[in-house]
Amino acid sequence: MSNPSRRNTLPGADDTLRAVLPNGITLLARANHNSPSVVFHGYLDTGALRDPQEKLGLADFTAAMLTRGTRTRSFHQFFDLLESSGASLGFSGNIHTTGFNGRALTEDLPMLLALLRETCETPTFPVDYVEKMRAQLLTGLALRSQDTSDMASLTFDQLLFREHPYARPEDGYPETVTRISRDDLATYHADHYGPRGMVLVIVGDVEPTRTLDLVVAALGGWQNPHQSLPAALPEFTPPGEESRQHALVEGMVQSDIVMGGSGPTRKSADHLPVSLGNNVLGQFGMYGRIGEVVRERSGLAYYAYTRLNSGVGPGSWEVSAGVNPANVEKTIQLVKQEIAKYLNEPVDTEELSDSQANYIGRLPLALESNSGVASALLSLERYQLGLDYYREYAGLIRAVTPEMILEASRRYLDPQMLAIASAGPAG
Amino acid sequence: MASDILTFRLENGLQVQLKEIHSAPLISSWVWYRVGSRNEHPGITGVSHWVEHMQFKGTPIHPQGEMDRVVSREGGTWNAFTYLDWTTFFETMPADKVEIALNLEADRMVNSLYDLQEVASERTVIISEREGNENEPLFRLSEAMQRAAFTSHPYQHEVIGEMADLRSMQRDDLFNYYRQHYNPANAVLAIAGDFESEAMLQLARNTFGHLPAGMRATPVIADEPLPAAEQRVDVSGPGETTFIQVAYRAPRANHPDFFPLSVLDSLLTGPSGLNMFGGGGISNKTSRLYQRLVEKQLAVGVHGGLSATIDPYLYDATITAAPGRPVEEILKAFDEEIDHLCQDAVTTTVIERAIKQARALFVYGAENITNQGFWLGYAEMFASYEWFETYLQRLAEVTPADVLRVAREYLSSEKRVVGVYHPTGEGASHE
Repeated sequence: MSNPSRRNTLPGADDTLRAVLPNGITLLARANHNSPSVVFHGYLDTGALRDPQEKLGLADFTAAMLTRGTRTRSFHQFFDLLESSGASLGFSGNIHTTGFNGRALTEDLPMLLALLRETCETPTFPVDYVEKMRAQLLTGLALRSQDTSDMASLTFDQLLFREHPYARPEDGYPETVTRISRDDLATYHADHYGPRGMVLVIVGDVEPTRTLDLVVAALGGWQNPHQSLPAALPEFTPPGEESRQHALVEGMVQSDIVMGGSGPTRKSADHLPVSLGNNVLGQFGMYGRIGEVVRERSGLAYYAYTRLNSGVGPGSWEVSAGVNPANVEKTIQLVKQEIAKYLNEPVDTEELSDSQANYIGRLPLALESNSGVASALLSLERYQLGLDYYREYAGLIRAVTPEMILEASRRYLDPQMLAIASAGPAG
Repeated sequence: MASDILTFRLENGLQVQLKEIHSAPLISSWVWYRVGSRNEHPGITGVSHWVEHMQFKGTPIHPQGEMDRVVSREGGTWNAFTYLDWTTFFETMPADKVEIALNLEADRMVNSLYDLQEVASERTVIISEREGNENEPLFRLSEAMQRAAFTSHPYQHEVIGEMADLRSMQRDDLFNYYRQHYNPANAVLAIAGDFESEAMLQLARNTFGHLPAGMRATPVIADEPLPAAEQRVDVSGPGETTFIQVAYRAPRANHPDFFPLSVLDSLLTGPSGLNMFGGGGISNKTSRLYQRLVEKQLAVGVHGGLSATIDPYLYDATITAAPGRPVEEILKAFDEEIDHLCQDAVTTTVIERAIKQARALFVYGAENITNQGFWLGYAEMFASYEWFETYLQRLAEVTPADVLRVAREYLSSEKRVVGVYHPTGEGASHE
């Protein structure tokens, strides 16, 4: 009936430019001329891992302040230029990195790159904007304390990661954010922001060689001889016993549960088997086996699914569900039974075949937009997967067997040693 | 503006809209039904949304769970949404698998089972969904605002419905509603992606053409009178943060004033587009209310929204108060900005800026085939695709005098509801 295009739309080494500038910035660029727009995604090599315990939230606060005034532009001038163009530029503090995203009509890419340079290099941290931002951050933290999903997630991280820095929230706590001074922000920026380790991915209606010229012109001259070396990540040992904690959030009608264990790093050989196993356990279709048991058969929750978080350090493997407070314990028991069953025997070959087909089939969908491609390319660079990874992906997925999934999964999940967090009113 | 779509109506009344996009080997297909909470009445509020859920619960050909499997196996994504005026179901699939999506939609348009046990288990799922919403201060406030803003129109109810109705509705309420509203004559099939239109039209005809026509829904809904005076709504709940909402009666999407009001919204609370997927966002730091409320430290955030609807709905602004700032002080500043809009005409530069922002949002939204499929059917629910195609042009025709006129007509205080969420100060702790 239809005559779909047969061209290869997956990015590869032959249509993705990768260049490292002399100052240490890595650029990945790919053209997409379907729409007269361009996006960039990227990160700087500094994050919340460096935050002092008493000033948690420092990296996040610093990132949020970058657009609040620079040496050449006031807050108002900055946003007037950006918003008048229909463009956007934003920063966020993560545990290892400071991420950024930008988007503009093609004609405005040079302007957007110029704004990226000045926000990264010459933010001024005006005192009045520090206080305005503090009020916004504190309000965000107040709202977080009332969000049962956020509080269950925060509690889960504390149970799983305990003394490890991953137990700490990137956005801090009210008392730590209150302690951060304007000088703390400026010093953090001077010591840790720099081009070395920065990765910038640009996708859109610009030829990659032209993109490279624009990036060299905008960012090639940035230097910071004082830029610190990346922070070391402490070792992590998973908990050897089950833990359970409830965060009391009074006045709520629904409770949230987050429970699970650790997960593999993104570069681990376990990653793809565990990821496919996770898909069977709590994602495929309407949330896989967990969704079938908790939502479809028991009607206990609007959402009940699993998520695997894999990065450069130890990951987490989580089951999340939102349920009536009276059903918290019942749901926890159902999930524990399902995890035990999952770890007891290999997944069916048909289940695996479904998930493999799902992974391979959904790739073009994930890569249809500029943002999707930029995000995918950023992962390639972050985890050093190689520019042809997405073209080799189907083979990698098909090579996973039920036995590989079981063996890898048992290294991370144990139904007797789960971290179990919930948040909501008293049960 | 010449249309780049093919429109056709099958003999059973199903309207088909096709748009070829050859940027990626994907097809997004949407079935839109002209039914939403606007078609409901007390006793069955929430039925449209619940029926949407039940449409995932199986037919004799696609038993419960099998629908998920056939879409997911091919790497497709699918979902459904219910709103005031419409309910829609979509699948975005690899282009050579589109028949799976169309067969599934044609099947569940007429053959859904509404098994008693499935109805019972979905009742608790939907109650759980509502309980999750009730955890949110802004849901509590918005629900109270809608109740106050409308005395008789069905827009007075949240789409998810009243809890009492969710507990009392029975299987036949759902099934009869499904039978009444889910049929070709009341639907639009919108398909965007990598196909040839003639071949796709033939496939649509083969798949849907034999289905019985049914009737197009034409509910008789009395006009909601304009409020006689400003109303105040106070809601209390957990938390430490005060929220304020101000809602004015807005024109229907098909009214000429909708476009100057869209420009006004861009100026007052920042740009917002018509994208549902991947449209990106433009910040609102230079909008008048951000400048007046957030920059002056009366608030920590403000946003606004104008919905495209069949009947006049609401234009609202939502303010997150800065800690410790009195509500009346914030409202006084808000009113001064509204007065400013009602007294002084904006410049043409301001309108040009709003149009460039709208154009950028359109360009961003066009990157995504699912979003383009959404656009194809969306405007048909309250106007026509032409409304969407001429949107930018009609914004460009707006004059400073138009903006001044609609500000004076729609933003008067006697036509509004002012709502405040008062936090009780309950906090979180660990057990």
